Parts: sequence; structure tokens; C-alpha cells
Amino acid sequence: MDLTSTAEEEVFRGQLKEWLAKALPTLPPAPDPLDWPGRRAYDTAWQRMLYDAGYAGLHWPADAGGRGATPTQHLIFLEETERAGAPYVGANFVGLLHAGPTVAAEGTAEQRARWLPPVLRGDEIWCQGFSEPDAGSDLASLRTRAVRDGDHYVVSGSKIWTSHAEVADWCELLVRTEPVSESVPKHRGITWLAMRMDAPGVTVRPLRTLAGSTEFAEMFLDEVRIPVTDRVGEENDGWRVTMVTLSFERGTAFVGEVVACRRALGELARAARENGRWSDTVLRRRLGRIGAEFAALWRLTQWNVSEAQRSGGVPGTGGSVFKLRYSHARQELYEVAAEVLGPDALDLSHPWNQDRLSSLSYTIAAGTSQIQQNIVAERILGLPKGR
Amino acid sequence: MDFRLTDDQLALRNGFRELLAGRFDREALRAAVDRGTLDRALWRELGDAGLFSLRLPEARGGVGLGLPEAVLVFEEAGRALLPGPLVATHLAAGAVPGADTGEAVVTASDGALVEWLAEADDVLGQDLAQDARPIRSVDPLTPLHRVGGERTAGPDVVLPPGTNVVTLTLPPDATALTAALLTAALQLGSAARTTELAVQHARQREQFGQPIGAFQAVKHLCAQMLVRTEIARAAVYAAAVTAEAAADEADVTGACVPDAYEAAGAKLLADDAAVRNARDCLQVHGGMGFTWEADVHLHLKRAWVRAGQWITAAEAEELVASRL
Ligand SMILES: Cc1cc2nc3c(=O)[nH]c(=O)nc-3n(C[C@H](O)[C@H](O)[C@H](O)COP(=O)(O)OP(=O)(O)OC[C@H]3O[C@@H](n4cnc5c(N)ncnc54)[C@H](O)[C@@H]3O)c2cc1C
Repeated sequence: MDLTSTAEEEVFRGQLKEWLAKALPTLPPAPDPLDWPGRRAYDTAWQRMLYDAGYAGLHWPADAGGRGATPTQHLIFLEETERAGAPYVGANFVGLLHAGPTVAAEGTAEQRARWLPPVLRGDEIWCQGFSEPDAGSDLASLRTRAVRDGDHYVVSGSKIWTSHAEVADWCELLVRTEPVSESVPKHRGITWLAMRMDAPGVTVRPLRTLAGSTEFAEMFLDEVRIPVTDRVGEENDGWRVTMVTLSFERGTAFVGEVVACRRALGELARAARENGRWSDTVLRRRLGRIGAEFAALWRLTQWNVSEAQRSGGVPGTGGSVFKLRYSHARQELYEVAAEVLGPDALDLSHPWNQDRLSSLSYTIAAGTSQIQQNIVAERILGLPKGR
Repeated sequence: MDFRLTDDQLALRNGFRELLAGRFDREALRAAVDRGTLDRALWRELGDAGLFSLRLPEARGGVGLGLPEAVLVFEEAGRALLPGPLVATHLAAGAVPGADTGEAVVTASDGALVEWLAEADDVLGQDLAQDARPIRSVDPLTPLHRVGGERTAGPDVVLPPGTNVVTLTLPPDATALTAALLTAALQLGSAARTTELAVQHARQREQFGQPIGAFQAVKHLCAQMLVRTEIARAAVYAAAVTAEAAADEADVTGACVPDAYEAAGAKLLADDAAVRNARDCLQVHGGMGFTWEADVHLHLKRAWVRAGQWITAAEAEELVASRL
């Protein structure tokens, strides 16, 4: 067991810090959190800066255009960018953190060459079209149909809760290529396609979240033609590809946010000391407990990353353990924030209150806590599948 | 950074697991419960195996290993529910004659309760001879004496002036922090063991025509047990590893002291995992879980005892908060 950095890693950290100190002051002012086009422009501009400095796709393999950095360097990157107050991946989330890695792992050489560089440069952003109105937790029961017509798939159906759909260029789309029947169980017959969001037949209708923003949308697909060459993996093998995508989503995609939470917690403690709430023993002790939680979550991340290193890069089921604890800890963090704020907790202009509202989605998005508990129980503990 | 266990560490852990499985199996555990006294022969065997002298330098007759290794071995002791003042005797190795070899039984006083006082040859901390009186211990395998109740060492946690709070006296010295971390490792082992016991039972026991582990309500109890164990494990291991790294940097023998913030967090999460997992394990066992015959109550009672030792939840929370 070793948690120290090597000399090389410290050099990497030093150079990164130096670059951040110079780069961050040149960023334009952050956009309004409710303005998605503004956020896309801001997030992709930041991605471009990272690209030009050689920090784009740090954890991606070198033959996918990434830096092939070690997982430890990736952790250092997340730690330092967050500490310096750099923008979060934002609109680049799906492309950088799971669609991109999936294409890198499962795509053909042409697909990698076509899709990966624009993600790294911040030229194109991706969204995730998995969920449907009647297929959420039970993702495999999705019904959006794709029928082969020569060298195209013709796709009809609808998707829902698609984050950033309003501003995305591409969508990682799950479709049914084989109807469910006695011989075709629902996990078979699913295919993973990349769909252009400006293809004829795609209609996006933004949905307003409880936080007031339109961060996700409904998508209606009416005979959308998608070239067969834009399929990742084999026809009807999409469920396996999806599992790769989800392991990235749950395994590593949230890591940077732990550092963000630790920073928020420090700010909370400072605010409580200033406004006198710190003298409340119950509140202070709650803050202490959350502090211990986030410290341990960071250690768990280091543990999971070390394990992933052993297994060749695809994060294991440890991601579900992390996601379960993290999502609840983050909600608890903002519950305490509301206590620190007192009457100001009802003032939406305070950023913590936006964060508090956003945090309500953490136990739902990327697989609900109930589904994560099933995964932990069945796949890690080996308990029988059942009702 | 590579946070995984090394091959040597895995071998050490497995070796201890086997030793304990052979020498302190379930039958021995139940016999110990019935007897209620410390098995001195076993204590010496543990000494021979290096449990107490693990961190003593080889030049002084010890094994010469570090805090991470001690944590792994104490985790195994926690799994097996090994009784006795393990932590205090380990800490006394090199200072109290016979502690390293298991000839001496050493306990410690860090608060209102002292374990195994009547059987101890030595006590770390204050002189307790006078006012200590035995109580009926909740844990059949940990006899307890009640003493004055003041912490023996250490300054107060510093809180801003004018705050109206109870002042906690923490034991932040090297010995206490190491003791807290090793106690956390015992709790971790217990938490992992009760998770296993619950999962085993949930796979075998059938109701409504299927194993109860197929029911989500049971599945989710088990999943949360694993999550608590793993978060505690990450915290406990990290506290040990970072202490070791800091000591290497300082290059002073014996400077291996866990950071107070790391040790407090680790103890908090490990106490939580041990106590709550034992309760959930009991629930999964149904009526059988409520019997004296099932081992789960022994895990729960020991977890309660340990939660009161060295750094309690309230102290840990204050300690971490003071660093925010
Ligand atoms: C902010 C946000 C962003 C999202 N972004 C995207 C995106 O970009 N792309 C995308 O494809 N999807 C996205 N999602 C969708 C998300 O993955 C689903 O909401 C989630 O998987 C749950 O599905 P559902 O909403 O249909 O709820 P349901 O599946 O209907 O679940 C409702 C309730 O029932 C429980 N439940 C369901 N099945 C079980 C079971 N077997 N056992 C126990 N309890 C069960 C759930 O835990 C939940 O509490 C997003 C969601 C949110 C909130």
C-alpha cells in the first residue's frame, strides 16, 4: 500500500498548478447556470484550453488521442483543477467521461479517428440517449426501434431525461434491433449507435428541472437514418457495450466531484464560524461526520483507481459502492448547508441553494440507489436474483 | 500511488487468518465465552506469532513491520472476535517487559472504563488501584472496571471563544492515536465478518419458497453493510499508510504516528460500520439472531465496547470539524 507521489507525479502536479495559475484568469466570466447555450460555449472553450495545453483526455489511451496518463496522474489532475477553482467538465461530461472512453474501448479505428479528436478539442459534445419513458431502471426494456434499410438503420421512438440534448452534436443511442420474443430475451437485440443530433427526424423538447434549468430534454425520433458504420460493437451486442459505458459512468465519472464537495465543506465551515452557527454542537458534529465521509470517499477513490489499474482500466463494480455512499453524502452536505444558511436557505440567489436542488438528482441519475444496492448485493455479494 | 495490498501484506494477512482459524475457531470462541477468563496460553501463542511485537524493531527482538501491517493483523483479530486487551499489550511491547512475547497482559486506561483490569499485569495510563470497581460488562468477553472517568492526557480541542459547548478532552498523543487506529482495525474486521455472516445466512435460509437473499429488503440491508465496511476500510488503511509515509519522511524511528484527523475519521467510520453491521446482521438472522447461540450479539457487544474506547464518535466528529 502506497499513497505517496513519485517524483514524476510531483513534477506533473507542479507544472499543472503553474499552468492553471496562468490559464484561469484568462477565462471569460462564468455564464448563468440556467443558460445552456452559454454553458456549452464556456465549457467547450475550457476544453479547448486544456487541449492546447496538452491536458485533454489525460486518462484516455494514447492511441485514442489521449495522454495515456496513469490513473494517479488523472487523480492529481482532478484534485488540482478542482482546488484551483477551474470549471468542471459540464457539457463535455458524456463525451469525455463515458461515450469517448466507450468508443476508445469498443470502436473501430475509423470511429476513433472520427469521434474522439473533436471531443478532446471541445468541438463536439455528446449526450446519452439511454432512458425512455417506459425504460428507466429497467433499461433493457427499451423500445426505440431500428430497422435495417441497406447501409442505414431507420430509427423511431423516443428518449427522455437526455442531459444537454439541447446543445449536443452527437448522441450515444441505444436502440432495439431485434424485437423481444421467446427466443430473444430483452437484453439481447439491443444495439449501440452514434446519432447526429441534427439528423432529420430528431426533435428535442427541453424539460424544466425542479432547479429551474433545462439541463435535460425529451427526444422524439421519427425515421431517423443512421449509417450502419456509426454502430459501435456488433448488432444486438449493445447491452455488453452499454455495461462498459455504465462502468465508466459509475466508476470514474464522479471522482472529481468528491474534491468539489470537500471544498464546499470547507466553505461551509468558514461560513458557520462567521455567522455564529458553529457554536451549535449538533451542527458542528454533523459537519465533522461529513468531513470524515468525504475524506474516506477520496480514499475509496484511490483504492478503486488502484484496482482498476490492475484490471486494465475498466472500473469494476467498486464504482457502485462509491456511487451509493457519495450520492447520499452529497445530499447530506447540502442539507447541512441549509442549516448553516438559516433563513438564507430559501434565497435562490445563493449558489448553495441551487446546488442543494441539483443534489436531489444524485440518488436517481446514473442508476438509482435502489438499483445500485441490487448490483452490490447480486454482483459483489453473490446474493440470488429475485423479486 | 498504488493503494492495493502488496503480496507480502496479503501473505501476512492470510497467515494470521489461518492461525486464528486453527487456534481460535468458533468452538474456542464459545468456550471462551463460557469460561470468561483470558487464555494465557493463547496469549503467549499470539506473542510467538508476533502480534504484540509486530512493530518493534528487529534489533529489539521484534518483527520490525509497520502500522499498515499491524492494521491488517488487527483486522483479522477483529474478524475472529479474539478477546483480551490486544491493543494495549501491542502498544506496551518494548516498554513493559514480557508484553512483546505475550508473557504479560497489559491493559490501558483512557476513560471511565478499563478492560481486563483484574487479569492485567500492567496498566498503561494512570494508577487505578484505588477507585476501580468491576461492573457487569455488556460484553461477556470483555470484563470492565469503572474508574474516575477523566481522560488521562492531552489538551482540549480548541473551539472559538464564547462558544457554549462541553469541552472535550481528547487524547491526541501518539499512543492514543495509534490505539484508536488499531481499535478501528478491530472494528473493521468485525464489520466485514458480520457482512459475511449475513450474506451466508441470506443465501441458505428459505422463506416463501426462495432464499431470503432474493428479497430486496434483505439484499439492500446486505449491500449497505458492504458499503459501510468498504468506506471504513479505505479510511483505516489510508490512516495507517499516510502515518507510515510521514514517518519515513521524518526518518525518525518510532515517529510513525497517525494524523489525528485521519485516525479520528477512521475510528468514526469503523465504529459506525461495526455497530450498524452487527445490528443488520442480527436482523437478517431473524429470531435466531436474537439468541445467545448466534455469534452476532458477541460482535455487537464488542463493537459497543470498542466504540467507547480511545476516540468516541462525539470526539471524532469534533476533531474532524476542528480541522475544517
Ligand atoms: C438529472 C438527471 C439526468 C439524467 N440524464 C440522463 C441522460 O443523460 N441520459 C439518459 O439516458 N438518462 C438520464 N437520466 C435518467 C436516469 O438514468 C433515470 O432517471 C434512472 O435510471 C431512473 O429511471 P426512471 O426515472 O425511469 O425511474 P424508475 O425506474 O421508474 O424508478 C422509480 C423508482 O422506483 C425504484 N425502482 C425501480 N425499479 C426498481 C427495482 N428493481 N428495485 C427497487 N426499486 C426500483 C427506483 O429506485 C425509483 O425510486 C437522468 C436522470 C436525471 C435525474
